[in-house]
Amino acid sequence: MEPINKKKRHAWWALPIIAVIGLTLYGCPSQQNLSGSSDAAQKVYVAPGEHDEFYGMFSGGYSGQMTVYGLPSGRHLYTIPVFSQAPVSGYGYSEETKPMLQTTHGFIPWDDAHHPEMSQTDGVPDGRWIFINANNTPRVARIDFANFQTAEIIEIPNSAGNHASPFVTTNTEYISAATRFSIPMDEQSLENEDVAISSYAENFKGTLSFIKIGEEGEMNIDFQILVPGFNYDLSHAGKGPSEDWSFFTSYNTEEAHTLLERNASRNDKDFIAAVNWRKAAELVANGGGREIDAPHYRNYMDHNEQRAKSELIETVRVIDPIENPGIIYYLPTPKSPHGVDVDPSGRYIVGGGKLSSVLPVHSFEKMLEAIENEDFEGEVDGIPVLNYDSVIHAEVENAGIGTLHTEFDGNGYAYTTAFISSEIVKWSLETFEVVDRIDTYYSPGHLMIPGGDSMQPEGKYLVALNKITKDRYLPTGPELFHSAQLIDISGDNMELLLDFPTDGEPHYAQGISAEKVKERQIRFYPLEDNNHPDATKSEAETRVERNGNDVHVYMTTIRSHFAPDNIEGIRVGDKVYFHVTNLEQDWDVPHGFAMLGAQNAELLIMPGETRTLVWEPKNPGVYPFYCTDFCSALHQEMQGYARVSPAGSNVPISYGTGTGN
Amino acid sequence: MKTKEKIVMAVASLLLGLVFLVPIWTIDMDAPQYPEGIGMEISINKIEGQNKNDLQNINGLNHYIGMKEITPESIPELKIMPWIFAFLIVSGLGVAAWGNRTALLIWIILFVLLAVAGLIDFYLWGYDYGHNLSDDAAIKVPGMTYQPPLIGTKQLLNITASSWPGPGFYISVISMSLASYAFWSSKPSSDQQNGEAS
Repeated sequence: MEPINKKKRHAWWALPIIAVIGLTLYGCPSQQNLSGSSDAAQKVYVAPGEHDEFYGMFSGGYSGQMTVYGLPSGRHLYTIPVFSQAPVSGYGYSEETKPMLQTTHGFIPWDDAHHPEMSQTDGVPDGRWIFINANNTPRVARIDFANFQTAEIIEIPNSAGNHASPFVTTNTEYISAATRFSIPMDEQSLENEDVAISSYAENFKGTLSFIKIGEEGEMNIDFQILVPGFNYDLSHAGKGPSEDWSFFTSYNTEEAHTLLERNASRNDKDFIAAVNWRKAAELVANGGGREIDAPHYRNYMDHNEQRAKSELIETVRVIDPIENPGIIYYLPTPKSPHGVDVDPSGRYIVGGGKLSSVLPVHSFEKMLEAIENEDFEGEVDGIPVLNYDSVIHAEVENAGIGTLHTEFDGNGYAYTTAFISSEIVKWSLETFEVVDRIDTYYSPGHLMIPGGDSMQPEGKYLVALNKITKDRYLPTGPELFHSAQLIDISGDNMELLLDFPTDGEPHYAQGISAEKVKERQIRFYPLEDNNHPDATKSEAETRVERNGNDVHVYMTTIRSHFAPDNIEGIRVGDKVYFHVTNLEQDWDVPHGFAMLGAQNAELLIMPGETRTLVWEPKNPGVYPFYCTDFCSALHQEMQGYARVSPAGSNVPISYGTGTGN
Repeated sequence: MKTKEKIVMAVASLLLGLVFLVPIWTIDMDAPQYPEGIGMEISINKIEGQNKNDLQNINGLNHYIGMKEITPESIPELKIMPWIFAFLIVSGLGVAAWGNRTALLIWIILFVLLAVAGLIDFYLWGYDYGHNLSDDAAIKVPGMTYQPPLIGTKQLLNITASSWPGPGFYISVISMSLASYAFWSSKPSSDQQNGEAS
């Protein structure tokens, strides 16, 4: 009997401990997932008909596009076609948009888009444009916030894997774009060379490109800096005191060319390259550097003619840092750093020490001092390497495993994603100690706070952009959307509010106050401003013209008919161009155009716009075309017929609407 | 008429100049697809959409029920009305200068008659648009006509049409009232005459 009694006594004695453990767990961030869910629901609830507080601009990753979400609701508002053809609207299929995807490799229908970056004025996102990189075939796109359409794409020569791109300087003077993969480059011409891959250390080089942004947003590669053949991973421009500088992380300073997961992870420290872009720009403005042949395309939307045009730019200016000292310095940084982020004050440069046990924070002030004192621990290919101990300001301990990216809340705190430990840690920019941590589901890559990489973050929400989804949503077979979590950062402790799936593979995202963008929206294109050479501005002007084997149909749409909607005289072997102008002048009245057997896509034509679809009929017969957008109550009636006669037939061109019935 | 009444009459006449600047009548249309509204503003010399392309869009909607297109260029009243108002201003100023009370009364009666004629004309146009529909109309609802209300609100299929006087109308009413006040005030009472005599 007695032993049992003793046990019972022990059990009672243990109760307070259980209670204490219980309380501790309750306070633990990971448990917040389970608590306060109704409170969280209220915080993300945007009532029907109400608008979200922020636009979230997410990269589409391997979709090649940019996706737009409302925050805090997580509602998917739109997908902007950028680097990939979009059959949904005909982007990249219509004659007006095909030039946008032109490169020196020919027409490229796809890319991998990683990092959206908004234009800034005085270090604050200004809602004019948003840039995004193409990682695979190096390019940078500019999207106009006025219509959420791609306005320009510039190709970047002498680059392979445009990953560290595009990052903007505080007044959008430049966006930077660095090559992730180094490639063999001829010393003089920088042309890609046919050499043994094993000659990497000897022949391979990288470039850091600076793209100048004009008044209207037009992009132009001002200069490229030739750098040792490492992998340049990510970048951010400085701000405030450091605004003349840009920072680029590098890995593979081992210069491995095979099995990089092992061979590029040997060095204890790799580098953050600090580039004095202002000095380089002045050098170039004064005729410095050398101009080399480097053909690359600049594709832009001609707003007057409402169609994209391609221009081939033949040269680029290159700066060799050995000949021009003072432009670039290396900051040793542990260990294969991924992200590099500059705090809102511009004083601290945070390296994402991907394989490091600490999160290194460099001081800009100390960096300048070390440069001044020539406090170098060596040099690489003529580039001075600063002394680590002289530039490091703090090493944040216990910041999670696999730290990648950091954003800031503007209230003295930084937030860093830890991929391997699947969490976000919040740490102080005063004490450089971790003050809070929260689990994410699962394995975050980037994170986003609206304005979180600018001088004025809006520290209300944080979005974790996760790489692994697994069980978070209803399963959809082997392939899953990625997963994002919205986290409330307005209080002392982070609170998980919302889980939402995201299209493609978002890498980075940026957020902006809806107010800054909403007011700039155009609702349709005024017909009187449409100077497309093939525009048809009234039904009276509609016509069909033959020019050899080319047949041009100048067509209009208005609810609920095409003009003309009966076309005869087309022959097998003809190339038929449907130039369709949408005569509507009201918001949200697009018309679609789909042609049976057309080997491309539909056209989705916005009011006041002209778009052209090419159709090459293969067999005689009568083929219907129709409007794909449910435009009106009589949308189903919005159709027409094109008659195709055999090659050599003498059926004359004829056309009309509303005649003969 | 004394100087004061002459001035009041001159003001009443000149006030009508403002009618050239603002709509005299407005028709607002409310439909689920137009959360921000769509509508027309009728002035003495033009018909415009409330927003830039409203008139085009209203015509676009109207074609489904077979209504004639509203084309301001083909409405003769828009060419005549400015002359009528110009006449009222000039003659009103003439009456003010002359100071003849009978002339003033004639001016007021003429103005009222013209206003009534205008409203009747507006009603007839509305009747014509609402009733004379094309036989080819896509949407035909038996017994349904689409005459907008002369004044007030009326449900026309999915559209709630509201027709209300615009600022130009109220300016006309004020002008009319001022003229009437001038007429009333210049009434030759025995007291006044005595006073004037002394």
